[in-house]
Amino acid sequence: MEFQQKNILDMASLSADDIKLILDTAETMKEISERPIKKVPTLRGKTIVLFFYEPSTRTRLSFDIAAKRLSADGIALSASTSSMVKGETLIDTARNLVAMKPDLIVIRHSAAGAPHMLARMIDVPIINAGDGMHAHPSQALLDILSVRERKGSVKGLKVAIIGDISHSRVARSNIIGFTRMGARVTVCGPPTMIPKGIETLGTSVTYDMDTAIKNADVIMMLRIQKERQAAYLFPSEREYAAIYGLTKEKLTHARPDVLILHPGPLNRGVEISPDVADGPHSIILDQVTNGVSIRMALFYLLIGGARNVGD
Amino acid sequence: MLVIKNGQVVDPGNINGDFDIFIEEGKIIAVIPSGSSENSKGTPDTIPDTIIIDASGKLVFPGLIDMHVHLREPGHEYKETIATGCSAAVSGGFTSVCPMPNTNPVNDNQEITDYIIRKAREAGTARVYPVAAISKGLEGKALSEYGELKAAGAVAFSDDGNPVATAQLMRRAMEYAKGFGLPIISHCEEKSLTADGDMNEGAVATQMGLAGIPNASESVMVMRDIALCELTGAALHIAHVSTAQSVHAIQDAKKRGLTVTAETAPHYFTLTDEMVFPYNTLSKMNPPLRSSQDREAIRQGLSNGTIDVIATDHAPHSSLEKDVEFSKAANGIIGLETALPLSLKLVADKLMTMETLIEKMVKNPARILGLTTDLSEGNPADLTLVDPDYEYTIDAEKFKSKSRNTPFNGWKMKGKAVMTIVDGRIVYDAHQLVSE
Repeated sequence: MEFQQKNILDMASLSADDIKLILDTAETMKEISERPIKKVPTLRGKTIVLFFYEPSTRTRLSFDIAAKRLSADGIALSASTSSMVKGETLIDTARNLVAMKPDLIVIRHSAAGAPHMLARMIDVPIINAGDGMHAHPSQALLDILSVRERKGSVKGLKVAIIGDISHSRVARSNIIGFTRMGARVTVCGPPTMIPKGIETLGTSVTYDMDTAIKNADVIMMLRIQKERQAAYLFPSEREYAAIYGLTKEKLTHARPDVLILHPGPLNRGVEISPDVADGPHSIILDQVTNGVSIRMALFYLLIGGARNVGD
Repeated sequence: MLVIKNGQVVDPGNINGDFDIFIEEGKIIAVIPSGSSENSKGTPDTIPDTIIIDASGKLVFPGLIDMHVHLREPGHEYKETIATGCSAAVSGGFTSVCPMPNTNPVNDNQEITDYIIRKAREAGTARVYPVAAISKGLEGKALSEYGELKAAGAVAFSDDGNPVATAQLMRRAMEYAKGFGLPIISHCEEKSLTADGDMNEGAVATQMGLAGIPNASESVMVMRDIALCELTGAALHIAHVSTAQSVHAIQDAKKRGLTVTAETAPHYFTLTDEMVFPYNTLSKMNPPLRSSQDREAIRQGLSNGTIDVIATDHAPHSSLEKDVEFSKAANGIIGLETALPLSLKLVADKLMTMETLIEKMVKNPARILGLTTDLSEGNPADLTLVDPDYEYTIDAEKFKSKSRNTPFNGWKMKGKAVMTIVDGRIVYDAHQLVSE
């Protein structure tokens, strides 16, 4: 099967076949990262710009490493060191970038839809590395890969996503991705953190943590941001941890082979207790490892041409 | 002399049917049934120096009034000027427009009101009746000088765009305006509920990852202002109603006999928040496009008389404000050159008669603002001629407005203003109807 997408903007534009192809490709990429010399020449001579308007450590590093393992030249640009601070518009910045002939642009931006706007304006393939509260497709893909790796398939699994769903692009992308691959997704959090109409993405909703966890095969905890207290979303970290934090006790309602995911960075002791984060069910570090493979796969599928990965 | 012959005149509360209208020196001098061979002035064909407009097959309306526009001058002339805005108005069939005071400097004093009126006179097309600020600088702290503003020509007061947050100031504004017999136009919005919202709260916003603006952001303020209207007995006009809850609150207030009127804009009875997908900044406005249930409630509100007025909220913005990330984009769309065909659709959809439409676009705004519109002897000759069967495609590039921010570009429409007459002068003639 050939990959038909020009950009990776969000999970909603990927079909189940697209997702499967990306995951399969990522699995073949994984081996490269385990070699003593972790580099193949596949994307030699290709230029990949990593355009990060929002702070990021893990995601940016992951894209950067993925580019290097495929021999592409990855150039990272952050808003604070770019002309954005001089008041240049996103479109002007992007057009200037394009004039330097990059082969692919990875963009993270605080405004939902910013990658979509770029995709309409410029001809270079774009990967959305997170746009506002909208989408984070490479994160969802690596999450699905991490689960598929352990479970063989995600079809029929019960997935609970718990936390601030309203502000989470990870939640939105995972709801769509897991649902498309045949899993049943439930989101859980206080009603202040559940956005109107989230059911239209294919998830069910509960405000009760035990209901969400009961018989879950996969639990994904989301980072709680302290500044949301100022917007009256929750009264205190203490109460949040007590009611919506994942602890060993609460985990007893889940299936014995439950997998725990977290997109990071962790707030230990708030949404997840340290013993759970470091416990036997946690695949949080698998996610990080798979992140590199997924991003290598996306690069390869978008600009790798017909060249074989192994050569 | 100018004679409009054989047109079907629709002037509810005055005349309805085929009439010839005789105009001289800016005034209507006679209105006689078409086909009467003679009148006191003689037959049109025999009077020398007469321009005769054959309006057969056309509708003749008293000049349309848009009581809610932004002309951007002074201060934002790169988006629109009074001249270009007025030119857009008459091309859309409007003979009178009411610009909101959020200019720079703000229209909160006599000098700015004078300036706007002078510029409009120089432009020489549409009539301009300025709306002045409720509060100085639109800051919601102190009242503007309503007496002086009225003397300068202001017809109403509004802090449009900056809702009056303090109930006490709103109360005093209503009371004080009442003393001058002028209405308060309220942009109803509770900013703390809008918060960082970019579009209507609901499934579409959630799918796009945009923060939502709940219906209650509008309706809680509508309800507050209705309560203040009841308290003060002042004339309250509610701007750009977008939600079902607001419609119900206004309907209830009217049942109780309160002096409240309301307007909506063509986009609220035509579009829904689905139009925002995918991040279409040309569908970003405040209040935002709402759900299909809200749109239906607005349409019913227009039909049952709860909503008195159709106004455009014509809000020109350049590409600087619109070709940016959705959350950074400015609110608002232009409407002067699309409002009439979109409104005629309400008649085609059998939601209202042509007479009722003219009430919403002429008679009711005139009543609220104290303007004269009857097509009868001695009155100012402001008229709009409409070809109800003319089919065309909206082409924003051809707009007279300086801006192009419309979501209706490329829409196929039926019905168009073909001639606009202000003060007895032909200020717009789309199809060269003039034959001497």
